[in-house]
Amino acid sequence: MKTPLILKVINGLGLVLLFIIFAMPFVWMASTAFKTLGETLTFPPVWIPESLQWANFAQAWNSGPFLKYFFNSVIVTLFILILQFATIIPAAYAFARYQFPLKNFFFALTMICLMIPSQLIFLPVYLNLSSWGLLDSIWGLILPFATSAFGIFLLRQSFMQVPEELLEAARLDDATEWQIIRKIMLPLAKPVLITLALFSFIAHWNDYFWPLVMTTTDNARTLPLGIAMLRQVEGGAAWNTIMAGNLLLVVPILIIFFFAQRHIIRAFVYTGVK
Amino acid sequence: MALVKDSMGMGERRSTSQSLVSWTRLRPYAMISPAILVFCLFFIYPIGYMVYLSFHDWNFVSPTKEFIGTANFTYLLSNLEFREVIVNSFIYTFFTVFLTIGISLLLALWLNRGGAIYSFLQASIFSPHITSLVSVSMLWMWIMDADYGLLNWALNLIGIESIPWLTSPDYALTSLIMVAVWKGIGFNTLVFIAGLQSIPKDLYEAAELDHTPPWRRFLRITVPMLSPTLFFLTIIGIINSFQVFETINLMTEGGPINSTNTFVYYIYQYGFQFFKIGYASAAGVILLVILSVLTVIYFKVLSKKVHYR
Repeated sequence: MKTPLILKVINGLGLVLLFIIFAMPFVWMASTAFKTLGETLTFPPVWIPESLQWANFAQAWNSGPFLKYFFNSVIVTLFILILQFATIIPAAYAFARYQFPLKNFFFALTMICLMIPSQLIFLPVYLNLSSWGLLDSIWGLILPFATSAFGIFLLRQSFMQVPEELLEAARLDDATEWQIIRKIMLPLAKPVLITLALFSFIAHWNDYFWPLVMTTTDNARTLPLGIAMLRQVEGGAAWNTIMAGNLLLVVPILIIFFFAQRHIIRAFVYTGVK
Repeated sequence: MALVKDSMGMGERRSTSQSLVSWTRLRPYAMISPAILVFCLFFIYPIGYMVYLSFHDWNFVSPTKEFIGTANFTYLLSNLEFREVIVNSFIYTFFTVFLTIGISLLLALWLNRGGAIYSFLQASIFSPHITSLVSVSMLWMWIMDADYGLLNWALNLIGIESIPWLTSPDYALTSLIMVAVWKGIGFNTLVFIAGLQSIPKDLYEAAELDHTPPWRRFLRITVPMLSPTLFFLTIIGIINSFQVFETINLMTEGGPINSTNTFVYYIYQYGFQFFKIGYASAAGVILLVILSVLTVIYFKVLSKKVHYR
């Protein structure tokens, strides 16, 4: 059974159309980022600017304290990742490997938190952070995400699959529990750990909602917030500068995606298959 | 269980003193306590606080919170604006989920093949999913610009008149749905593809031996085997769509004329712009109830599925 040529052509055209729908917006973003303001205001639009306006990037970057935003983003994301691993690993190990009174209760509590989206409880959390004096500080952006119910859930599953005999043997050799975690559990759970790190990094690097709600000054604002504020310049939206700023936000993630494609796709699709 | 505990204690140090035994007992709690503490402070307690606030009148500044019973709820449910918000949320959720799932399923059946071209395309349609919603929103604001936007240019090319995508109450919600579908298709397609690949090949081979026609193979094998994935994506899609905020805040700010105002944006507005904390909390409680019902349904059906297998 050979596929007729006409079907092959239709299939090929369909693939091209699909690619256009998903790639063209990004091409358009890059094209706009290099235009002069005048070139953005032409209709029909020009695709290739006459000369590349690198100054747009400098203008976007200098329109606010972007170095500060960038450092805030880095620090917030980094601390969230470190704290999440520091809290997830012991909790997942305890849930996977120990029996203790009220274990099911605490695990149910974890599962309930897995279901509670931050978009639902931002108002009471805001009020609490405000009464603890943590508003408009990077800690208000870090602490609510210092652990991850999703992470505990995934890592617990991975830890449960390690055969008990392996642990028994290690204990006979006088290995401490910490050594067991470090030498046996974590190496075996490496794919899940990579998954969690990528998942968490992308989610918090991109996050706009939480920093928007929890910050009021440049003190703790992060990169996505700074980029979003680009459109509030006087004299109407300058789309070339806005797109230049967005390109700065998008390109690093797309580069990471290009190199860690398989890992990232698995990180996100993992939840769907399980 | 006692046996397990003893062997752990002995594994660490042979001389089992009283303090060591109690440490083995306490250890699990010590290990889960940091995570549980965060959950209590930032998830459980806020939920309780939100329910408490929903029965009070408070403007954030005043030192006292006045108890007003269910007045916030009765006011909300009789309020025309809030009804619009509920209707908008349901319309947005229904069409976003329906279109995303439908298109993704078709794409998955189409793109589920080996070869560099297909894996490249899978990655391409997935790329919006890892792009910040800030960039997605602003990019589409620019593409949907009424005067200089790419979308209207493309429409003009094929002879359709320009559409005021984001500035007309007739189109704004549709535009937001389009953006959500564009962003969500990649993830849904790849989950469907993973689901398709987990269907045992011998099922299809057996059907082929029986000369079952392709469309029947699809209905009798693919659809039932894919139904857990379909169900998962639908519920996750509904839960996520009910919480839409970023695109609305950046692209339309709930307008024009309230036509794109949905749950989370409404709570945000009343909490942070009008400082009606009790009222906003009551809206939050209603959203909590809706999401809880969906989650319970999800787990009910899921547990049945697991038993069925």
